This record gives sequence, C-alpha cells and structure tokens, in this order.
Amino acid sequence: MSKSNWPLWEVFIRSRQGLSHKHVGSLHAADAQMAIENARDVYTRRQEGMSIWVVPAAEITASSPDEKDELFAPSDDKIYRHPTFYDLPDVLKHM
Amino acid sequence: MEEMNLLDRFEAYVADNKKVEPKDWMPDAYRKTLIRQISQHAHSEIVGMLPEGNWISRAPSLKRKAILLAKVQDEAGHGLYLYSAAETLGIDRDTMIEELLSGKAKYSSIFNYPTLNWADIGAIGWLVDGAAIMNQVPLCKCSYGPYARAMVRVCKEESFHQRQGYQILLTMTQGTAEQKAMAQDALNRWWWPSLMMFGPSDADSPHSATSMRWKIKHFSNDELRQRFVDMTIPQAEILGLTVPDADLKWNEERGHYDFGAIDWEEFYNVIKGNGPCNRERLAARRKAHENGAWVREAATAHANKRAAKTKAA
Repeated sequence: MSKSNWPLWEVFIRSRQGLSHKHVGSLHAADAQMAIENARDVYTRRQEGMSIWVVPAAEITASSPDEKDELFAPSDDKIYRHPTFYDLPDVLKHM
Repeated sequence: MEEMNLLDRFEAYVADNKKVEPKDWMPDAYRKTLIRQISQHAHSEIVGMLPEGNWISRAPSLKRKAILLAKVQDEAGHGLYLYSAAETLGIDRDTMIEELLSGKAKYSSIFNYPTLNWADIGAIGWLVDGAAIMNQVPLCKCSYGPYARAMVRVCKEESFHQRQGYQILLTMTQGTAEQKAMAQDALNRWWWPSLMMFGPSDADSPHSATSMRWKIKHFSNDELRQRFVDMTIPQAEILGLTVPDADLKWNEERGHYDFGAIDWEEFYNVIKGNGPCNRERLAARRKAHENGAWVREAATAHANKRAAKTKAA
C-alpha cells in the first residue's frame, strides 16, 4: 500500500478577535495551504474560528517533561511575586 | 528497581485524577491499551460513515439530505481528532489505516449491520449515537489528555446527531401507519446491537479493572448499559414504540429497568467478521482508499513543485 508520509501540522485557532490563538489538535497535509484548508474542515465546522495558524509539528521545540522540576524551580521560592504575600490591614480597601 | 519506582509514581499520579500528556513517562501497557482503544474508536467513526452514507442520495427531502451530510462529515472529523490523539502515543497514521484495511484492527460491531430503510437513519441517531454519547461523556475525564480533549469536541457535536435521529422517528411515528411500522421495524433491528455497543459483560471483560484503575474508563460496561436502558425506555414511550424485549420491566427495588439476556454469541460472531456487512464495509473502505491514491500522489507532487518554486524564487 502506498504511504502518503504527509507531515503532521499542529493547528491553532483564534475563536474571536481579542483572544489568542489556541492549540486545538493536529492533522496531516501535503503543504501549508492544504493544512489550512483541512483545518477549516476539521476544526471549524461550527464557526469556532476566525483565524487559523498551522505549524509543522517537527518545527516545534518543546521543553522536556523530565527536566520540568529544574526548569520551573526558580519560581518556586519567590512567593513575594504574588499579591497575597503582603499582609495589609483590613481598613485598606481595594488594593 | 528504577522501573518499579516509575510505575508506582504513575499509579499514584493517575489515582489522584491527574492528567498524562504525550511526553510523560507511562507504562507500556497503558500506552498499548490507549493506542488500541483510541485507534479502534477512530476506525469506528470512519466505518460508521458507511451505513449512513448509504442514505445520503435517498434522503426524503433536501433538508434531511443536508442534515445527514453534515452528520456524516462530523463522523469524519471525529475520526480525524481521534487518529491525531492516537498518534501522540507514537503510532503513525499510515500504520493505523493499514491495520483497518487489512482487517487486523477492530471497530464497533454495530456498523456491520445494514441500513434497510430511512427509519434506520433515525434509529442510528437515536440509539447508536445515544449509546456512543453514554460511552463518550465519561471519556472526557480520561487520564490521557489528548484523548480527553478529543472527546470534549466529539461530545459537543454528538448531541445534534442524537436529536436529529430522534426527530426523524418522531416525524415517522406521527405519520401514516406504514411509516410508524417502519420506525418500529428499525427499533426492532437496532435495539439489541445498540446494547451490545457497551461491550462484553463485566464478568467477561478482563481488562476493564486495569482501565478503571488507570482512569481510562470511569464506569464498567454493565453500568453504562444499564444507564442507557434506563434513559432510553421513556424516550421509546414518547415515540409510542415498543422495545423488542419481553423481559423488560421496571424494578422498583433496584430503581432500574430489568432487561432480557443479550445474545453474546451474535456479538462475538460479528466481532469475528461474520456480521451481515463486515466484508462489504471493509471492501468499501479499501476501494475508497485505492481510488484516493492518485489524489494523495497529486497533492504531494503539487506540494513538492510549489516548494521547489519558492526555493528558486
């Protein structure tokens, strides 16, 4: 049987103006234009989008789950970055 | 030793209702179970287009035809979401298609029954999609992230499928005596195969316990089947149709309907490839795949040509 070997594309959709593009899934297509057209049929059959990004899956560089702890550790001990760190008197409203 | 620690950590992690993502460590058996389940689910969506596709050109009105087309197109979409989810586990698309076309892979046995009249399209929407929804809603909470996310999309779209099917039968049962008889005939033929969609009885479903512990499944086959019966009987009453089961009756004590024994011999026979339409379905898929070969080749050639042109410019 003939194999198509079309690359995998990750699909991102902006559902409406004012929101970011959000990852919705992936699909196979011969090229970028076909990926956009297929993404329209597969992921926006019910007016879910106004803009589509397609990115070759092979081009995405991802952080490794094995290095998750080291990668995100630096923010663990900086609780003073959160507003709740600061204990203020109750008389102070709306801050 | 290291492997044991990973397994223990994984078990504790999923027991805590946390989600597993593609690159996370997972036991081989978890990966294999999911590849099998998600690819079978995808194949079911794809083969599931065939019984309904049979009626697109014969739908009774343009409106019904447009609706059926949209439903069948959704099934194709569902197949594609699911193939993508399976691919995140390391199996490639071509391998899955090959396994379907060679007959190695399974798909839901329900799609090996024929659609003999228009009322069957109603019965499929109401019962087959109804049973699928009953199975799929808990899968939205599956421990494997990409499968759960695909299921959320699928469930959102399926509810139109069930409602349009029920409405077809509602229209027919309010029509002539012949139309009502067609609706009853469709229910008679689709009822038991729909109950079989939930899979073997818990006692004969050896992998269920592991799948439940890993939070792939949240309810057993028999639990979901009972829920489906309880939900569907009142819907049949509204239609004025009779479920073809002499043993069916409300059990006050259990708070559930009791129902008759399922013919598991028929179920296993269909799974083995001897249902009324198994050969026809696979032959149709193979033919579609072969007839589409030139389109795939042309698209690849076109993409290469365009890439070469862009490079030259």
